[in-house]
Amino acid sequence: MSSNALPSWDVLTKHAVFPSGNHDEVARLNFLTHLNVHLSNQILPGVKTAYDKQVKPAIIAQTGSEPTSRHDVRKHMLNNGYFQMWSALRRNTMEMRHQAARSQVLGQIENIVEKVDKACEGNANIQLDSSVSIPPNVGSVDIHCQPGCYYQEYFENDVTVAASYDLGLFVTTAGLLGALSDGGGQGIANWLKTQHPDFSPKRILDIGCTVGHNALPLAQHFPDAQVIAVDVARPSLRYAHARAASLGIENIQFVQANAEELSQYDDGSFDLITTSMFLHELSHQSLPKILKTIHRLLADGGLNLHLEQPQYAGMDVYQQFIRDWDTYFNNEPYWGPMHELDLAKVFAECGFDPNDLFDVGVVSKVDEKIFGKPKSDGEDYGRSPVWNAIGLWKGQSANNGAKKSAKNSAKKNANMSENAA
Amino acid sequence: MSDTKKHLSDVEKVNLAGTKAKGQRPYFLAQKQTEQALSVAMSLAMELSVTKERLASLECLLADKGIIEKGELDGYQPSKDEVAKRSLETQAYLARVLRIMQQDKEELESNDPDMQTVQDALTKW
Repeated sequence: MSSNALPSWDVLTKHAVFPSGNHDEVARLNFLTHLNVHLSNQILPGVKTAYDKQVKPAIIAQTGSEPTSRHDVRKHMLNNGYFQMWSALRRNTMEMRHQAARSQVLGQIENIVEKVDKACEGNANIQLDSSVSIPPNVGSVDIHCQPGCYYQEYFENDVTVAASYDLGLFVTTAGLLGALSDGGGQGIANWLKTQHPDFSPKRILDIGCTVGHNALPLAQHFPDAQVIAVDVARPSLRYAHARAASLGIENIQFVQANAEELSQYDDGSFDLITTSMFLHELSHQSLPKILKTIHRLLADGGLNLHLEQPQYAGMDVYQQFIRDWDTYFNNEPYWGPMHELDLAKVFAECGFDPNDLFDVGVVSKVDEKIFGKPKSDGEDYGRSPVWNAIGLWKGQSANNGAKKSAKNSAKKNANMSENAA
Repeated sequence: MSDTKKHLSDVEKVNLAGTKAKGQRPYFLAQKQTEQALSVAMSLAMELSVTKERLASLECLLADKGIIEKGELDGYQPSKDEVAKRSLETQAYLARVLRIMQQDKEELESNDPDMQTVQDALTKW
């Protein structure tokens, strides 16, 4: 087989509640996977060329200077024909993914719901709370254009949105998240294994877990730990529990809760608190509340780690603009505002010592025999399995007697000593 | 949170598969209708690809088993039941191809705020 060939969706691990795919359904998902790869590898580079050769010179001719913000770039690029076509195709491909996945799931939804019901009935590892409401950052728009977002139920005990999300992740990432789409969680587990082999958390909290795909590798890596995975979305949690149970993972409890509160857990009761591609789906109201909750729940010496894409600070305006596409055109309204925050300042306002913060590169770890090697040069601006983790060991700087120089607190990147990418 | 409805009909499933995501849809091309035509073309491109793959699979299977002669497909006459089955499949197929119009209709019926309004609301400290 040619090394350029992409894996088929059919190589994904079929856990007990994973939707099956017949011949044409698999062919449809594989077509869309190839279309995504074509758009990012063959068409997207032309957007940069259009900027360099057409749009940027026009901006300079018009204003006498180079654009100074991603918003300036976007305003002008929206009139560029090449950018318009790439954007139209990219948006449409995302919509096609959702229709294909939902059609496939809805064709077998009764069968999936029956299995989920059976797994959830009387099981203490799923804790639902009907008083939990959908916060504005989740409910204002359907995030990444997934109709119904993570939480809508179309009939009693429906899990369509969760099953559709689980099967469709492959299409946008071309399989680079691995056989269980858990490359993020595997990346964290692998980083801990290689960089902090003595770290042995007893209680782990994963916030915004959706279908639990990135929390399970932690539960597996720390079999003696108890993992609590929280989310506001009932169908995602029920599906996540059935998914975990079918994979034989027992040391994880899925809890319906808003992470702004979590008053049911004691101060300092978790040694590891993680989020995966979660901070950019919050808001300026919810982010500090959740960070304050994390500060309260994290034990001294405990680790807090957030998988994210890198912050915009220091990037040129084109790079910022193209990374910002999802903010405006893929229903990710908080993506841009989150990525331009001074995180050291925000963490400090939520009780953390900003000197404790570090950045670390985390790369998806998947079976390369099936899925191939992730390309280091093929980043698709937010959709590749390469993350920038923002983390901290609570109280580390104070414990080490580190001097808090004004220089360090002003420049977060000074703390990048943990880079293990 | 859970809808009290007990099950979905086949037609409801077809419509739900293609329903729009909450939030105003951006259009990029100079004419919205051109972009909708592009969307139709891309769906057709996908279905053609799927069909080609299915035919390739079928030909492989038939050849492997020695079941049909080359050219036999051209003379095939479907039964009444088969015709009815194909009608339902064609309805789902058209709904898939024309999803963009379903979603535009839903957007016309909805009151989604624009993205800047949503972002402004989400970025108040």
